[in-house]
This record gives sequence, C-alpha cells and structure tokens, in this order.
Amino acid sequence: MTTRGYLLFALIPVMIIGVGTLQSWNLALAILNMGLISAIMALGVNMQWGYAGLFNIGVMGFLALGGLAAVIVSMPPVGGAWAAGGLRVLLGLAFGAATIAGAVALYKRMAPGRKRALVLAVFVVIGFFVYRAIFDPAVQAIEGYNPATSGYLGGLGLPILFAWPVGALFAAGAAWLIAKTALGLRSDYLAIATLGISEIIIAMLKNEDWLSRGVKNVVGLPRPVPYEVDLQKSPGFVDFVTGYGMDPAEGSSIAVKLAYAALFLVVLAILIWLSEKALNSPWGRMMRAIRDNETAAEAMGKDVKRRHLQVFVLGSAVIGLAGAMMTTLDGQLTPASYQPLRFTFLIWVMVIVGGSGNNWGAVLGGFFIWFFWVEVEPMGRWAMDLLTSGLAEDSALRAHLLDSAAHMRLLTMGLILLLVLRFSPRGLIPER
Amino acid sequence: MEALNAIVALSNFVLVPAIAYGSQLALGALGVTLIYGILRFSNFAHGDTMAFGTMVAILFTWWLQSMGVSLGPLPTALLALPAAIAVTALLLLGTDRLVYRFYRAQKAVPVIMVIASFGVMLVLNGVVRLIIGPGDQRFADGERFIITALDFRRMTGLDEGLAIKTTQGLTLVTAVIVVAALFWFLNRTRTGKSMRAFSDNEDLALLSGINPERVVAITWIIVAGLAVIAGVLYGLDKSFKPFTYFQLLLPVFASAIVGGLGNPLGAIVGGYIIAFSEVGLTYAWKKVLGYLMPESLAPDGLVQLLSTDYKFAVSFVILVLVLLFRPTGLFRGKAV
Repeated sequence: MTTRGYLLFALIPVMIIGVGTLQSWNLALAILNMGLISAIMALGVNMQWGYAGLFNIGVMGFLALGGLAAVIVSMPPVGGAWAAGGLRVLLGLAFGAATIAGAVALYKRMAPGRKRALVLAVFVVIGFFVYRAIFDPAVQAIEGYNPATSGYLGGLGLPILFAWPVGALFAAGAAWLIAKTALGLRSDYLAIATLGISEIIIAMLKNEDWLSRGVKNVVGLPRPVPYEVDLQKSPGFVDFVTGYGMDPAEGSSIAVKLAYAALFLVVLAILIWLSEKALNSPWGRMMRAIRDNETAAEAMGKDVKRRHLQVFVLGSAVIGLAGAMMTTLDGQLTPASYQPLRFTFLIWVMVIVGGSGNNWGAVLGGFFIWFFWVEVEPMGRWAMDLLTSGLAEDSALRAHLLDSAAHMRLLTMGLILLLVLRFSPRGLIPER
Repeated sequence: MEALNAIVALSNFVLVPAIAYGSQLALGALGVTLIYGILRFSNFAHGDTMAFGTMVAILFTWWLQSMGVSLGPLPTALLALPAAIAVTALLLLGTDRLVYRFYRAQKAVPVIMVIASFGVMLVLNGVVRLIIGPGDQRFADGERFIITALDFRRMTGLDEGLAIKTTQGLTLVTAVIVVAALFWFLNRTRTGKSMRAFSDNEDLALLSGINPERVVAITWIIVAGLAVIAGVLYGLDKSFKPFTYFQLLLPVFASAIVGGLGNPLGAIVGGYIIAFSEVGLTYAWKKVLGYLMPESLAPDGLVQLLSTDYKFAVSFVILVLVLLFRPTGLFRGKAV
C-alpha cells in the first residue's frame, strides 16, 4: 500500500472517534460493526468484479441466503412442526430435485427433435404436479402449527457461529447453480440473470413460511456474545464500568458491540490475508490475465470457464458469510428489509469508490461508503435546515423538504459513484 | 354455454390484463432496446427514467386538475403527457451530456457505461423520492370502466362477467399508435434510417456522413417518449410507486432480451410473451377449468401454478431458457 492508502485508512478511526465524541459511542460502534461487515461484502464483490470482471448484481440474494443459514443453524427445532410435515417437505423437495435431474438426463440422452421436446414437456409437467401434491399438504400442516409463534420448521439449535461458514456454503451452492447456467453469457446478461436470481431468493424467503416464517420474520436469534441484561446483573462487570465513570446500561451495550467488533475484525483479518495471498499468487495473476484479455489467456491454455466458475463461487461464498454475520448482528431475519438499492448497488458503490481489483480498496470503500450512508441523513437534515431557514416556519415546502431529507442518501451515493467513475475511475486505492 | 363462460372468464382474468401489461412492457422494452442498439449498453436507469417521467406527468396532472381541466371520460394524465415527455427528454439529454458522452468519446467498454447507468439510477431514484416521496400515488380519473362485469352479464346473459377498464383499453390503443409511429419513423424517414444504419454498423454510418451526436440525441428523445408513455400507462392501470418502477426493470429487460436486444420488433413480442406467461402462471385456473371439465373431474384446489409473489421468477425462467437455447434472443438481436 502507498502512503496515500495508509493516510486514508488512518481516517477510519478518526471518523469513528469523531462520531463517538460528537454523537454517541453506541452509534460510533454500530457504524464500525456494520462497516466491518460491509467491508467483507465489498471484498466478495471485488473478487468477482475486481479479479475477474464478472458482473454480479445479485449481491442481495447471496446476503439473504447467509441470513437464512443463520436461522436454520441456530434456531431451536420446532418439534411439532417436524412431526406435522417435516419429512414430507423434505421428500417433496427431493422429488422436485429428482424431477429436474431427470429432465436434464433426458435432455442429454435423447436425440434432439420433436420427440424429445414432447417427452421432456410431459415429464416436467407430471413431475411438477406430483411434486405439488407431495409438497403442498406438508407445507400447510407446518404453517398451521402454532402460526403465531412458530409455523415453521425451526433450525438445528447449534451455536450461531456455525452459521457463518454454513451461510458461505449456501451462497456458494446457489452461485454454482447460477454459474453453471449463466456464466457463459455476456456480461450484461449475467447482470440481469443475477438481478433476477436475487429477487427470486427474496420472494422465496418472503413466501416460504415453513422455511423462514416469511414476512412474519424470525426474531430472537441466539447470540455469540453475552446479553446486555446478563452483563448488568454481573457485579464484576458493573464495578468495572462504573470504575470508568459509565452507567451500567450504556457500558453493557458498548461492551456487547465491542465483542461483535472483535469477532468481525478476526473474520475480516483472515479474509483479507487470504485474498492478498491469493491475489499475489500465480492464481491471482492468472485471474487478472483472464480479466484483461480472455482470448490471450485461453490461448495460453487457461481454462477460462472453470476459473470464472471458481471465482464466482468464491466471491459469492464471501458475500454469504457477510450475510450470515449481518443477520447475527441484527439478531433477526426480516426478508422485507432486503432492498436491492441498499444491499446490491450500495456494495457496488463501495467497490468502485474503494478501487476495484484492490482488496484494501474494497475494505476502505466499505467503511467510507457505509459511514456516509449513515451520516448523510443527519448531514442532509442539517443542510435542509440551512437551505430552508429563509422560509416561514409553517411553509409547506419547508416541511416537505425537511421530511424528504432521508432520501438524500440515494442521491448522494449516485453522485459519489458518478464522480468517482468519471474523475478517478481506479478508485481511492488503485490496483497496482 | 359452459365453454362461452370459460372463454369469458379467461378473457376477464388473463387475456385482458395480460394484453394491457404486455403493451406496457413492450413500450418499456422498446426504450431499452433502442438504447442498446444505438448507444450499445444496457441502461439500468430505465426503470427510474420511467418513474421520473411518470412523476412529472402526475405533477402536471395535479396542476391541470386544480385548474379544473379534464378530458371527460379519459384520464387527465393524457394531457400532461407532452409536457412530461419534454421534461424527461431534457433530463435524459442532460445525463447524456454530463455522464455518458464522456465515456462514448473515450470509447469505454460497455460495462463502464452500465456502471455509470447504476449511478444515474441511484440519482434519479433519489430525486423521485425527494420530490414525490416513496409512497403510492393514484392519479387516474375519468370513467373507470369501458364495460363493467355487471353490464356485460346483463347484456349477454352469461354467468361470467367481463370487465374492461378504461386504462386497459387506453393502454392498447396508445401502444398501437406509438408502435406504428415508431416503426414508420424508423423505416420511412431519413433520420430513422440513419439511426438504423448507425445501429447496424457505426463506422460505415460515420463514413457516409451521419452525425453520431444527432443520432444519439434523437434516440434519447424517443426513449424519453417511450419511457414516459409506458410509465404513465402502467401508473394509470395500477398505481405509481417509485420502488415498483425500479422492479419493472427485470420484466422489461427480460422482454427486450427474449425478443433479442437491439431488435424493436423483438421487444414487442418479448413484452407479450413475458406478460402472458406471468399472468397465466400466477392465475388460479379453478374457475376456467370448472367450466370446461365435467362436474366429477372439476379440480378441488385453486390450480394456481405459482403464487403471485413469484411473478419475477416467471420472467426470469423464460429469460434463462431463451438465453440457453437461443442466446441472441428469438429475433436475432445484436451482440456487443
């Protein structure tokens, strides 16, 4: 990294401390925690776009899969729901998968022609109706079991830290499926395909109540760190924080946030070490060679398709990991909160602003953009206050402008993206 | 009689809505496909352009309504269209001047233009929310129905009713007029021919003295017209909400790609394919089948193949199937 890079990174603690002293330490640590997760998301996108030039705008979907993993791993199983239809649901899913596999096998085995199309169509239609016949009653039974409190299968009841690698696996599996079908396509087709997949994943989370409770949300996920209430009850802790002149309530919530920050920092440090190693290895050089000139790399005997598949799956796994971490931090899975502008395009702004192709750049972009995303709202309100100070107190225009200050975020992010792309297209910390 | 009832129910719940929706998608897809043909990038800001144009139309409509102007049975928004198109065209020409022209002069790779369009999308999204807010807006006025279900039943004596909303009729008529005008322009006028020449082979077009900046400017103006008309018709038919317009991006792109990006005829066919599959697969067929099948075989369930929330999945699956088996789309689009 250059001096400029070090200086830019030195700005991060300055910003966090600034928020801590000017606004509140709770907010400062909240920004830090989400900033760490954003940095991991940006690392994942950077692997796909920065190393390999793959255009994935389905980030939101992979994040949501990570969140789903957090629910499936950590929530206690709902025995009644399992008894009501758990095995039947699994059977239905297995049958559905078998139908698809059978259709693919038929397609490959039979000679092309009208006969194949006809057989395939009949096979798929019959398979679909049998699948629905097995699947639907089971879903109804599960969703009918205690709908107010459960109505879903629950999870495995394991510690939530296990969910992080599982989230990465989920996302990697989905990415593998997408890559198998769509990676051969041109860049903007891949973009549309990933955008579509992410919308489908969110629709699935919202509607498959048996799996994720849908829009009823899963709340109260177990935590990897202690609860504030328990800390406040422990005399040792209370003595410790009052020794620093803090009140126990505030002290406990700061302690919990610091514990999360430590966990996230460890993950980020491991990931960045791995990705720096990878990027500076023969593998990394090969990826960049493929990105810069596919034809030449292919002529040198590199298997472009396989490398693309590999890096797409890897990047998505990192995004899935970040998604599981985010859901852990939130303590709940709320499918309706996944918005593409916030969870896909904002991550892209992070990568482009930070410097695509550079891991440190992605991390820096993650922090900076997340910081501005949070802080633009108070700044916007302040700016609007200043702008409208000439207007009368009860003016309708003034009220409207003050109300809409919240929407300054998207506008600012768009402007930042356009300005960086135009005047500093290689980002804050350019690729060497 | 049973068969007639089945046909009427089918028209009421599937054919009429799908034709209206398909026309709206087709107009949106035409905009995407024109940009792709002439400027050679996928414009992700198109959904938000539609939202912006519709917002301007709504503001004009409110102003006209407050002046007491109305079109009688037709929605007042029609009167606001020209002004909204003009404002949107100015906006698009402005974004071209400020954003895209730089990359065009640099001969940047299309992907960079796409990322720039992300930026424009975010900015437009912010502007629309800043001005009109993120909520739902209804601005349809005038007569609601051309024919109501009750009138239809009384007229024909059938059990099933057929309702056609004014906005649905209007959508089809407007779409036919706009598409006819567009094709006439592209195929018959000198400017239109120069646009097609530019799309087919840029270098050859430049050699024969076509001014590229003029072609680009005219494209943006036409796209503004298409986007605003599509957006206003969709808003009249359903309702206006900025986020819904952003989400329209997926079916609109699916229509354009299924038809073959860069091919206007393909965009129209693609629009109807996507609309009919979306409506058809998410409709509960119980009623229609109940009329057609003998009593003993009538289905118990709703016979809904997919819940309506999965409508994105439909456009997506069609998109993927077409891309796998015919990568340039049904009508041989172009590949950059």
